[in-house]
Formats: sequence, structure tokens, C-alpha cells
Amino acid sequence: MDQIIGNIDLLIQFPIVNLKIILDGVMIGALFALAAYGLALVWGVMNVKNLAQGDFVIGGGYVSWWLANNVGLHPLLGVPIAFVVMWGIGWVTYKLVISRVIERDLFTSLLATFGLAIMYAQLMNLMFGSDTQSLVLDVTALGLENNYYFADGLIDLPAAKIIGVALAAILATCVILFMKRSRMGQAIRATAQDARAARVMGIDTEKVYAFTFSLNSAICGAAGAIIVMVWVIQPFYGITYSVRAFVIVTAAGLGNLPGVIAAGLGIGAAEQYGSHVFGIGYQQAIAVMLLLAVLVYRLLQQKRNRQVLQ
Amino acid sequence: MLKTLSLAAGALMASTAIAAAADCGTITLGAAISLTGKYATNGVHTQNGYEFAIKKIAENGGVKVDGKCYNFKVTYYDDESKGDRAATLAERLINQDKVQYMLGPYSSGMTKAIAPVTEKYKIPMIEAEGASRSLFNKGYKYLFAVLSTSEQYLASAVTLAGEKAVEAGGKASDVKVAIAVENDPFSLDIRAGVMEDAKRAGMTIVIDEKLPRDLSDMTSILTKVKLIKPDLLVVSGHSKGAATAVRQIGEQKISTPMIAMTHCEAADVTGNFGAAANDILCSTQWAETLTYEDPIFGSAANYEKEFKANYSAYTNKKVPYQTAQASAAIYVYKDAFERAGSMDKEKIRDAISATDMKTFYGGIKFSETGNNIAKPMVLRQIQDGEYKVVAPSAFASDKVNYPRTN
Repeated sequence: MDQIIGNIDLLIQFPIVNLKIILDGVMIGALFALAAYGLALVWGVMNVKNLAQGDFVIGGGYVSWWLANNVGLHPLLGVPIAFVVMWGIGWVTYKLVISRVIERDLFTSLLATFGLAIMYAQLMNLMFGSDTQSLVLDVTALGLENNYYFADGLIDLPAAKIIGVALAAILATCVILFMKRSRMGQAIRATAQDARAARVMGIDTEKVYAFTFSLNSAICGAAGAIIVMVWVIQPFYGITYSVRAFVIVTAAGLGNLPGVIAAGLGIGAAEQYGSHVFGIGYQQAIAVMLLLAVLVYRLLQQKRNRQVLQ
Repeated sequence: MLKTLSLAAGALMASTAIAAAADCGTITLGAAISLTGKYATNGVHTQNGYEFAIKKIAENGGVKVDGKCYNFKVTYYDDESKGDRAATLAERLINQDKVQYMLGPYSSGMTKAIAPVTEKYKIPMIEAEGASRSLFNKGYKYLFAVLSTSEQYLASAVTLAGEKAVEAGGKASDVKVAIAVENDPFSLDIRAGVMEDAKRAGMTIVIDEKLPRDLSDMTSILTKVKLIKPDLLVVSGHSKGAATAVRQIGEQKISTPMIAMTHCEAADVTGNFGAAANDILCSTQWAETLTYEDPIFGSAANYEKEFKANYSAYTNKKVPYQTAQASAAIYVYKDAFERAGSMDKEKIRDAISATDMKTFYGGIKFSETGNNIAKPMVLRQIQDGEYKVVAPSAFASDKVNYPRTN
């Protein structure tokens, strides 16, 4: 208790720390939002809740890490390559597993993706070992500093984080434009609205499903390639990203893209505040508590609506 | 000419020694060890350590029990890094394979799973890879560990910080300590050790946080460190803790004068983060630069050299302490068998319990509860990318850089 009061006291004594916490939170939240967006896409279009979401993220991280260590690839180039490689892995996963469970009930697809999550984590463990890995992004060659400091060094902005957030934003914009403008994007949205009607209109929904799942996997892969430059990855870290993605999508609601982004950034910031005040051990608990609060609020709201209907 | 002759003579002598050893009988030891699963890397290090020691002992005339000579042989099973599997395999080794003497698995968790089994059947077990303090407060009589227990891992950093405060004209009790450890038995032991020593010296604990199991970001703790300015920061969270801490200490320019952590080598902080790792203190059970030695393996440096010559996979890296302590466990068995002069497992157990020897791995002498009390933990500092022993002072090769530069 004393420690919690002391921690709050620090926030009041050094107001600038609030800004730092929010900045850190927004930077990590941007990557959560990316994984959550992919999840919302698959959930909305195919009604599959992908529990292996986080493992695709970690998979992308390992693609970039492996290439950097074995081929000497620049970590920044790892992002598009992880996008492509994870696209392929997503496509294979769809063809082998997801296409068989897509028409089944909720539990079949949950079980299938849960099984995939365990399998991918073990595969990565066997292939890359259980040690934590990360990449260091050195941008001094581009005439930039590796770290920027403000407010007497209390606020630090590593270039890797700034670039990571920028890449995440570019990727998100591209995906949104693609969904709005391209024929495939329109087909995806049509399938999400009503798969049967879309089929009647001549849309190859099987192709749309395969494309959507691969796209999700690719987005996750790119997010992972950014994460490996900014934080660390480990074969069994997927679950943390899966949990956050679920929290964000559930809180924001399906088909609510601005909501997903806002919830992602918000949860990132809330976690940072939570870990500052209550201790870092409670970081993930904060995310889940927030979800609980949102769900209770929604329930109350719906109850009122139902009463009106009666 | 003379040189070739003496070489040939040497080879002849060596070959007679091997020939003699080949006529020896066999003592079978049993081990369930993690050859696959999450502990596989260190499980293999352990197995290599066992095998290398068996080979060296055979080359040096084997184990002499009551005038006859014997060689060790180990029956291995793979516990897949799972505790329940390890316990089942220990039962199998004892009941089906009739193994009378056991070697330890890798990690405290696996040792914890096996110890009740060996205890039940009264089978002595010398283990080399389980450091948790909780292994040695259960009253086990057949469990012996050659390594230092985990609460000692970073306690010497507390002493060092106290000494530095006195040197600077202050008191040891002026030192402010920040602790960030993972919420698992091993790291909590480390925390307990640091707390105990800090309290004894009258130091204040200003930060005391538990890291989550899936840690990838500790900026919030480091921000507090920046505001509160402790004199010593202690981090323990296996390799992810070391990797995350070193990376973000560099990014956030943390200026704490002394930072100590575990698992620097496993996280390869020097290779991954370069200058950010400089002047960080890392604890280790053993280092090849220490001045320990014995008649079988020679000096610690010689152990490293000969091991590398036998296992080419280690050519370009340091021999990990996990390997050295596994070899030390076999060496303790040899010594115990020779002193017992018998194959009776009760006599062997008593002989192990009375062990008091100097080895390339350090002194070995067991307490009542079975942990080794003759070997201190070693603290190394990363100086220009190299690990240099700086504490305890009796074995130190270099002076500690204090305060650390960043």
C-alpha cells in the first residue's frame, strides 16, 4: 500500500512522468492495435476467433531475427519480408486447418486455433531455442540518433520505437485504403456482411476467406518484426499478444476500426499507468480488468435496451 | 627426435592407462535429463559435462573401490523438460533399471520433482543444476548439490555496494537498493538473499517489484529508478529479464552506479547490446579464469581447454558453468566411492556427506541439508565486452569499475 501511495506521489511530484507514461503506452498500444485489427478482420469476415494470433506475431519476429542473424538482413527490411513470409504461412494454415473448421460451430474453431497456437509455439521453440531474442536497430548510418532525450533525460524516445510506430501507422493506412478501394477489399467487406448473398453475387468466398486469413497473418508478422526491434521475443510470448488483441477487439466491438485503434492505444497507456502505480506484475491484469469493466458496462446498456423493446 | 620419443612414450603410457581402465568394472549411475523441450540447451550442456568427466576419470585410472577399478556409465532418459515425466523416469531408473546412484536433472524444478522419489527409495543423488533454496529445507538426506544456492547469487553485490559506500566516505547503511525480480521460486530466492544482506547492513529498499513471467517491457520500473536514484539495482528474471533490462537501461540512460543481474551469458547481453552492457555485474557459479584446480581436471582454465578439444560445438563460445558443475558432480561420486571402499548405497551416502575436497570447480563440502557451503558465488563485471571476475576479492582478476559509466 505504501508503495502504491509512493508511486502516485511520484506522478504528482514529477508531472512530466505522466507524459512519458502516455508516450510509452501509445507506442506499445500501436502494436497491440495492429494485431487486434487483424483479429477483428478474421473474426468479422469468417467468424473465426483466432487464438493463434499472438503466435503469428512472434513468428514474424523470428523471421526478421533469423534473417538478420543468418543473412545479415537489415532489421527494417525484415518488416516487409516478415509480412510476405507470414502471408504464406497464413495461407498454408488456412488451407490445412481453418478452411475445414470455418463452417463449424464456435468451439471447433476455438479448439483448432488453440491447438495451432500450442503447435506454433513448440515449433518455434524447437527451431530457434527458448532464449529471448531481439534485434538492435542502428540508425546512425541514416544520420539519425539512436535515442532522443527530452526533459532532462526523463523522457526518452528510442528511434526504433518511433520508426516502429510510424511503420505500424503506414501499414494500418495501407490496409484501410486497400479495404475501401480495391475490388478484393470490397469483396471482403461484402462477404463479412452476408456470405451467402456475396456468393450469389458471384464472389468466390473461399478465395476471400483464404485472402483474409493470409492478410491477418501477414499484418501480425509485420507487427512481430517491429516488436523484435523494440522489445524482446520468445517462443512462448504469443499468448500475451493474443490476450491483448482479444481484449481490444471485445472492448471496441467488431467492425469498429477507429474503436480498435483507440482501444489499442488506450489499453497500452492504461497498462503503463497500472504498472507504474501497482507494480509491473499487474500490467496484464490491468488489461483484463478493463475488459471486464467494458463488458459489465455493455451488459447494463443492453439490459436497458432490452427493457425498452419489451 | 627426443621430443618424438617422449611423445611416443607419453602416448604409450596414456594407452596403458586406458587399457587398464578398459579392464575395469562398471558402476551405473542414472539420470533423467532434459534433452528436448524448453530446457534442452542446458540439459545437453549438463549431459556433456557428465560424459566429459567420466572420460577424464577413466583416462586417469578409473575409480578405485576396495582395490578394484571401475568406470562410470550413465543410463539417461529424456524428461522432455516436464516435472511429472522426470519423477516417473526416476521411478523407472530405480525400479526397472535397478540404478543405485542418481545424478541430478537440469533446473531446480526438475530436481524438486525427482528428490522425493530418490528420498523414498533411499538412493543418493548428487545434483549439479538445482540451486533453489527450497530444495534444502525439506530435510532431504540423500540429496547433495555441488553448486551454490540461489539466495547467494547476487548477495555479494550488496556487500560490494556497501564497501564502495564506505570507500566514498559514507556508511554502508546509506545505500539505497532497488530490486526487480521475477515471481518464480529461483528469483524470489535471489530477492530473499539480497533483502537479508541489505537489512543486515541497514540499507533501505527503495523499489521492490515483481516482474511478470512474460516480461518484455520494464520502462515503468526504470522510470522509477531514474526518479528515486538508488545506488544499487538488482535484476533477476532469467534471460528475458537480462535482455529487457540491458536494452532499456541503455535506451533510458539509467545512471545507477551499480547494477547487478543474473543470466547475462544466457541472454548474450554483450553480443546483443554491446556498450549498453558495459560495467554491469553478473553472477556466475564458476568462471574459467578462477584459480581453482585439482589432480584430474587441472586448473579451471585447463578444464575449459580440454573440454573444448573434446566437444567441437563449444569451440567458438565459453564453456558454460552448467557443464563444469555437472563434471564436478561426477568427480564427487568418484571421491565418495573411493573413500567408502564399498558399493553399499548407505555407505556411499555417508561418504558423500563427508566430502571435503578442492576441485577445478571450487571447494566442495556439504552442509547437513546437502548444499555446498565451500564455494562462493562469483561476480563478474562486463568490461569492454569481456567478463572479468571482480568479487569475491580472493579470486578477483580485475578491479570493479565504480560508478559504472554509461
